[in-house]
Amino acid sequence: MSAVRVLVGTRKGAFVLSSDEKRERWDVTGPHFAGWEIYHVKASPVNPDRMYASQTSGWFGQVVQRSDDGGKTWSPVGNEFAYDGVPGTHQWYDGTSRPWEFKRAWHFEPSLRDPETVYAGIEDAALFKSTDGGQTWRELSGLRTHSTGSSWQPGAGGMCLHTIIEDPTDEKRLFVAISAAGAFRSDDAGQTWKPINRGLKSEYIPDPDAEVGHCVHRIAMHPSRSNVLYMQKHWDVMRSDDAGDSWHEVSGNLPTDFGFVIDVHAHEPQTIFVVPIKSDSEHFPLDGKLQVFRSRTGGGQWEALTDGLPQENCYVNVLRDAMAVDSLDSCGVYFGTTGGQVYASADGGDHWKAIVRDLPAVLSVEVQTLQ
Amino acid sequence: MIRVVLPAHLRTLARISGEVQVDAGTSPTTRAVIDAIERRYPMLRGTIRDRRTQARRPFVRFFACERDLSHDSIDAPLPQAVTSGAEPLLIVGAIAGG
Repeated sequence: MSAVRVLVGTRKGAFVLSSDEKRERWDVTGPHFAGWEIYHVKASPVNPDRMYASQTSGWFGQVVQRSDDGGKTWSPVGNEFAYDGVPGTHQWYDGTSRPWEFKRAWHFEPSLRDPETVYAGIEDAALFKSTDGGQTWRELSGLRTHSTGSSWQPGAGGMCLHTIIEDPTDEKRLFVAISAAGAFRSDDAGQTWKPINRGLKSEYIPDPDAEVGHCVHRIAMHPSRSNVLYMQKHWDVMRSDDAGDSWHEVSGNLPTDFGFVIDVHAHEPQTIFVVPIKSDSEHFPLDGKLQVFRSRTGGGQWEALTDGLPQENCYVNVLRDAMAVDSLDSCGVYFGTTGGQVYASADGGDHWKAIVRDLPAVLSVEVQTLQ
Repeated sequence: MIRVVLPAHLRTLARISGEVQVDAGTSPTTRAVIDAIERRYPMLRGTIRDRRTQARRPFVRFFACERDLSHDSIDAPLPQAVTSGAEPLLIVGAIAGG
């Protein structure tokens, strides 16, 4: 019998929500690492018992936790993220130069191919890789030292590398996204990188279609179509059909195309989900109604999904790492809010129910489908 | 032996309760105490001081004998009452809400 495990990172700890394949009754454990900010928890797709958690604190810095028993017990592993060489400077909010400085790990991406290999997305933006289960970390510095690096600038949440995608069909191809630099692709296993932002337009930078400077919030890919990428940018939902070489807007009939999350249905590569947020200055749903929007056409045409979601007085946000899907036959969709709710739909978004309602603000949601 | 009181979050991380006692050599300093703590509890590396610069983390303070030692030299001798074991060295998370 299949089961589902939802890994939730919050402002005050991690929680694990477990259910059988019916996804009707949930067991909640936590808080793990109580009182710490847990930016992300993710398990290896190769070994589902191997998990990594980013445990951070403004007081005590970065801790990396690893579990080898499906989250029952955890041990700290390596937390030394040393930039390669002299880090140089990037652009600050006011346009002045600031030295690169490690702040925290936003995102861990365990490899599709090897349980000992894991990537870390860092603030200030850089990509690190471990090949020993997180004990030691090495920067893939070809990204940060790209010729445009000195012009990258932080988004409101900091200059974070938040999205890491391995191409399942090409082990040398990686995609990352940085707020606010944009999307980048490597075709040589992370040694060299090129910006892939052609087609993006951002009115908040001096040159709206510049090579870099775009506040990309999230990128998603279906594993069966690795050339097709979906992006929730600051404003605009975008799509690429050529592995990021060019993008076109697919916001279509969305009531607002600002937002953070985007994800793809497990079995329908053209079905995608977003949660529109009112604007970049009002980070809550439009009109106080929490709505997931689904497109079955890979963008352009969208339908609102509201059954089971609050339709009045709802002013939460849904942050960029806080949506995931399971791979059961009837695809489950999950997202967490800054109000502490984790919503689940066991039928591809048609009906929603809160698994939990009163967690600390949710930073990240990941899902494991266990056989 | 130097008595050290760690913040609750670091005690949890290091899986210890109560005070810690460390041997910080014949002329103990704050640096020697932190070195000893990090040797015994490697999971605390980077949590009290920056791993690269070795500077005290901004929201961590060092108190002893009702004095703030945070801005003293990290290589200054600790107060006699701390080296004799009469008083603990307090490593404290700054009061900053949260």
